[in-house]
Amino acid sequence: MPEDIHLKINGQAVSAPAGSTILKAASSVGVEIPTICYHDYCTSNGLCRICVVEVSGARTLTPACVAKVNEGMEIQTDSPRVRRARKTILEMLAASVDLSDAPDIQAMLVEYQAQPDRYPDAQTRSPEVIQDNPMYIRDYAKCILCWRCVQVCAEDAQFTYAINFSGRGYRTQIGTFFNRPIPETTCVFCGQCIGVCPTGALKPKKQWLMEQGQTTDEIMRLTRSQRRAKTKKTTQPAPEGGAA
Amino acid sequence: MDDLDLSPLKDRLRLLQPKGRSGLLPALHTAQDLYGYIPEFAAEEIARTLRVPLADVYGVIDFYALFLKQPAARTVIHVCADPACAMAGADGVMKRFSQSVASKNTAEGSLPELVVERAPCLGLCEHAPAVLVQGRGATASSAQSYQDLVKGKPEHPRSVIGRSINLLTANCGKGRPTTLEEYRQSGGYQALEKALSMRPGEIITMVKASGLVGRGGAAFPTGMKWEAAANAPGEIRYLVCNADEAEPGTFKDRVMMEEDPHRLLEGMIIAAYAVGAQKAYLYIRGEYLYPYEVMSRAIDEAAAAGWIGETIHGSDFRFEIEIRRGAGAYICGEETALFESIEGKRGFPRLKPPFPTTAGLFGRPTVINNVETLCNVPLILNLGAEEYRKIGTEKSPGPKLFCLSGDVARPGLYEVPFGIPLRVLLEELAGGVRGQRPLQAILFGGAAGVFTTEKDLDVRLSFEDLRAVGLPLGSGVITVFDDTRDMRDICYRLARFFAEESCGKCYPCQIGTQRQEEILHRINRSQPQSEDWDRLQDIGWTMSDASICGLGQTAASAVLSAMRLWPHLFKPSV
Repeated sequence: MPEDIHLKINGQAVSAPAGSTILKAASSVGVEIPTICYHDYCTSNGLCRICVVEVSGARTLTPACVAKVNEGMEIQTDSPRVRRARKTILEMLAASVDLSDAPDIQAMLVEYQAQPDRYPDAQTRSPEVIQDNPMYIRDYAKCILCWRCVQVCAEDAQFTYAINFSGRGYRTQIGTFFNRPIPETTCVFCGQCIGVCPTGALKPKKQWLMEQGQTTDEIMRLTRSQRRAKTKKTTQPAPEGGAA
Repeated sequence: MDDLDLSPLKDRLRLLQPKGRSGLLPALHTAQDLYGYIPEFAAEEIARTLRVPLADVYGVIDFYALFLKQPAARTVIHVCADPACAMAGADGVMKRFSQSVASKNTAEGSLPELVVERAPCLGLCEHAPAVLVQGRGATASSAQSYQDLVKGKPEHPRSVIGRSINLLTANCGKGRPTTLEEYRQSGGYQALEKALSMRPGEIITMVKASGLVGRGGAAFPTGMKWEAAANAPGEIRYLVCNADEAEPGTFKDRVMMEEDPHRLLEGMIIAAYAVGAQKAYLYIRGEYLYPYEVMSRAIDEAAAAGWIGETIHGSDFRFEIEIRRGAGAYICGEETALFESIEGKRGFPRLKPPFPTTAGLFGRPTVINNVETLCNVPLILNLGAEEYRKIGTEKSPGPKLFCLSGDVARPGLYEVPFGIPLRVLLEELAGGVRGQRPLQAILFGGAAGVFTTEKDLDVRLSFEDLRAVGLPLGSGVITVFDDTRDMRDICYRLARFFAEESCGKCYPCQIGTQRQEEILHRINRSQPQSEDWDRLQDIGWTMSDASICGLGQTAASAVLSAMRLWPHLFKPSV
């Protein structure tokens, strides 16, 4: 049993096992700290900084999802400084990508009184939807760069390494080797990336087609014709819009 | 593509294979040297040989600005457009060159003769407007067209050295590197001989007593850093020299490497001996091709003379230095991003803790020091801590290099003792504002720095005095602006620099640098919106307070200081 660390969260005395994160210690006494990129089963990278809290004596705000508790720590999880950072990050994010499929983030926008239209002339990230395989689509206009898909594709789960990053800074995007279509990568269609995507940027193709207004019958007809096209592929190229 | 031959690449990759993923940046440089860019099949071969996933290789290629995925042109000219060069007419150079190039690149489908590209600060600020011609530094100050630069081999611009003392720059100013023999004649490597007769712990004690603090910007006490790494558990330790000098306005490390390479090597060998490192990496920014060549030759010279290698002058200390070239990413000057880069990854800064002294390069205890910091080490050994402390002030001992550029009569590298007034450096040593125009502003610390005005001209240049007036010493950058300069334009360029150099890891910096650039772009076109003031404040404070690393934490520093000094510039006119 690790020994207990004693600290104060929003003035309340808390004890937590050594090695706990501030996030877990706070949660154990009912103080919920918001998170976006954090996932219980993925490596935490402290990217989104929504979970930042104010630790007495620290020069800058501290990410609660990765920072460990220390003896005597005094933490404010909802101070004006913290709220200003969270509100600004949410507003900037809302001006960058399509959050329509991210209800948790939308709720945070309300909670922090963030104005989604704070940056009216901002350049958004809005690439075309990529449909390059029969199993799932990639709609990076909804991607918030939480890194979870890259991580589960690599050491966090599947060890497949089909996807990584392209570009950098605001122009970062998740991508494949020289933007090759997914079927030409090491992807094994395990679906784990879709499972951890928090914003609907990765979706099963069928779900996406239904959202586009197609009926199950139409989708069945489409996939049937695609399968036929694929069997003929040895003799002639697949028709445009084909699966592979 | 099929006509490109893979066999020369395979030959060279064989040497890199034992390095595994850590050989990725050298391998990509090799491919680009061979083919002019990194063809897909070469990237695949590299991935296979070094056993790195294909997607990861692409992620690395696309992170670094100097790696090309397509053939560019026979000749590439990079034009710096950051403040010092912009004030010297970089935009005009860019325009003139692009126009004369347009008429030249006519043949369709074939590779263009020449491409002119805008680049971040090239570390040639005293030669503004600075350019790279096929990776070679040059000044475009007298070039009417690009032909003036590409015909013949452009001459490497000669460094301008000014000083009130010459302890670090004693061998600088010749316009060529100091040879090993010359270095020896001037007393070089005596400090190392002395160090090898001491116990490592004694050297650390001496460096601690000297009061040396890091010259790269963070001002961390060097001796404490060494002690922490020396005491960290484990047999393997690394020394890393950070020569990824890319802060706009900084060129001191370049001059030290070009003119006195053995001083740096001597400092590195002493540091490695003191902390128990058997291997060092010297990470030089990708744009510094000439310093890379000078340092490579100097390492060969030092190895031939027995200062680097299996046994160093009869001692049982064994030591090697490997040079790594960056590839165009300012973020790699951040120490943990630099480790990632050596390890063959995208230059994402790591979360701290753990700190480098316990878990740094390859997860091992690592000391990482700036070039200028290490150049101080032989001096401390030669003088002893007590004599060294007589230079400078009590709290900021030693000599300091300052990089002066912009609207100053004599831009260049200046060596002075800590504690001299800014006015003495600017007016007496550097000749004051160019053309004796009134001073409008001084930017302290580069793009990540803070603006001030003549009100601070009498501040003494020491860590403690500058801190008292809220100015960062940073890495010793002083950029001067006369009364004709539009500070909105300068702020926009700084914002653009950060937007282009943000790694994209944490949201505040990834998005904040972009939003900050957009707003400053419209302010620079005299179209500020009434809410832009509050937006810039929120973005700036959030980046400063919530970003992972020093890049994001300082990406709004200069802009916020400009808003304090000249609020009217950022508001709509009434």
